[in-house]
Amino acid sequence: MKISNEEVTYVADLSRLEFSEAETARMGEELGAVLDYVATLNAVDTTGVKATEHILNVQNVFREDEVGQSLSNEEALANAPEAESGCFKVPRVIE
Amino acid sequence: MEYDIVIGMEIHAELATKTKIFCSCPTTFGADENTHTCPVCLGMPGVLPVLNKKVVEYATKAGLALNCKIANFSKMDRKNYFYPDLPKAFQTSQFDLPICVGGVLDIEVGGETRPIGITRIHIEEDAGKLIHEGADGTLVDVNRCGVPLIEIVTEPDMRSAEEARAFAEKVRNILEYTGVSDCKMEEGSIRFDVNLSVKEKGSDVLGTRTEMKNLNSFRALERAVHYESKRQIIELKKGHRIIQETRKWDDVKGVSSSMRSKEEAHDYRYFPEPDLVPIVISDEEIARAKAELPELPEAKKARYVSEYGIPEYDASVITTSKVSAAYFEEAVAAYHEPKLIANWLMVDIPAHLKERELTMETIPFGPSALAKLVELIKSGAISGKIAKSVMEKMFEGEGDPEAIVKAHGWAQMSDSGELEAIIKQVIEDNPKSVSDIATGNKKAYGFLTGQVMRATKGQANPQMANQIIRKLVEAQIGKTE
Ligand SMILES: [Zn+2]
Repeated sequence: MKISNEEVTYVADLSRLEFSEAETARMGEELGAVLDYVATLNAVDTTGVKATEHILNVQNVFREDEVGQSLSNEEALANAPEAESGCFKVPRVIE
Repeated sequence: MEYDIVIGMEIHAELATKTKIFCSCPTTFGADENTHTCPVCLGMPGVLPVLNKKVVEYATKAGLALNCKIANFSKMDRKNYFYPDLPKAFQTSQFDLPICVGGVLDIEVGGETRPIGITRIHIEEDAGKLIHEGADGTLVDVNRCGVPLIEIVTEPDMRSAEEARAFAEKVRNILEYTGVSDCKMEEGSIRFDVNLSVKEKGSDVLGTRTEMKNLNSFRALERAVHYESKRQIIELKKGHRIIQETRKWDDVKGVSSSMRSKEEAHDYRYFPEPDLVPIVISDEEIARAKAELPELPEAKKARYVSEYGIPEYDASVITTSKVSAAYFEEAVAAYHEPKLIANWLMVDIPAHLKERELTMETIPFGPSALAKLVELIKSGAISGKIAKSVMEKMFEGEGDPEAIVKAHGWAQMSDSGELEAIIKQVIEDNPKSVSDIATGNKKAYGFLTGQVMRATKGQANPQMANQIIRKLVEAQIGKTE
């Protein structure tokens, strides 16, 4: 099953990715193959099998509500490509 | 054509935990930018979030207080979107299995009780703060990222701005009582989003809805609903279609406008959060949480009416805030005059608080001082009028009402001999009033009482003054009644 160019472009857009025409076509083929592979699961008879809500068979892992050490402002911003007035700086976003 | 207004609400409330939802950074408001962060809430790769136990406890309590069913099994999901207030590019939230479902809250508007359905309550993390002003770019403060929230989603059950406001106020009140959120609107710890559509009266077909986000006061919420419903009706009457969109409410101009920013198709591609495990709550734990719930406003209100005998209206005003209810109860415990204490809490105290920009949290005197003041009036030590001056001084920080009365020489004149001398003088000075009374104009008594109060600077005991005035005037007129 090939994924249509429109669908690839839509998903790429949501992921902030940009593809050339050739890449879009290739993505359509490859994503289609991935979905086909996953779809083999549909062949399994799951009548009477409880739906899986979560893949881990573990539950209730909690931490206590106790304050720990946070990073300093300098540490927090150490990896930021751009910073100003103690903040991360990003291209202007208009509300 | 008549129209019905259909309103649903989403309420976000920050939970009153000490730390964030998935890391041990503090949640305190107003810290310097980016000083409450760690690799987890900064969204660094390879970190492991761990759910704060208190978040589950608070969400359970909120759900119970809002009459929801608590899910025995719920899980966290990722809600994917790109926006700089969210360093991970997804918000950890709950999608198909929220922690609370199916609640209801009755509201009362115009003497009518209406049940408002609560679809669900889920837990999630708050986003960071964006600062747009001045800079050529946008600045990001991550402190608020990961502060725990509950999102309460209602059914589209509200039909007017008044109902929307009543519901919002009631939810805030209950969350405050339950202690799960401090509900400070000015700090954004509780925020209201309104979904609104209009439909032909009686029709089952819902209209297209618009959404207004982050209405930050009850007044703004009420005004925004009034404006937006009118706008939609006018559009429809003109034959226009309503566009499904997010609109921005401008509280200064009193208008809503389309947010024409490049709004993304909302496709959040939710999927189960693989780093967080499911939350399982047993029936025993739910029962325990239920037993731990404090007395909620509704129950408190009923108790004030039955136990203290104050009018229902008074009870509902006092219970609008947890702090004023606690204050009231303490004052009544100190001096059992519930109605008189309620009066002060409903009229004079709010007026002073407003004038001085204080709140019940910052009021400069305690409930025992208020009780003392009421006792002074009740025992006849001061007049009601003087009491108002005493309260003034209490707000100015002069402390104990008894000490204030003493310091200012405000004790009521209850010495009948002293008072009688003053009244004799007043009667002598006002022969016209006496002759008026003699000819049947009883109103002149009021004038004489006023003169006596003036002569004593309000310190005469009015009942006693009246008695003496009558006695002396009648003696002078030479007839008894
Ligand atoms: Zn953190």
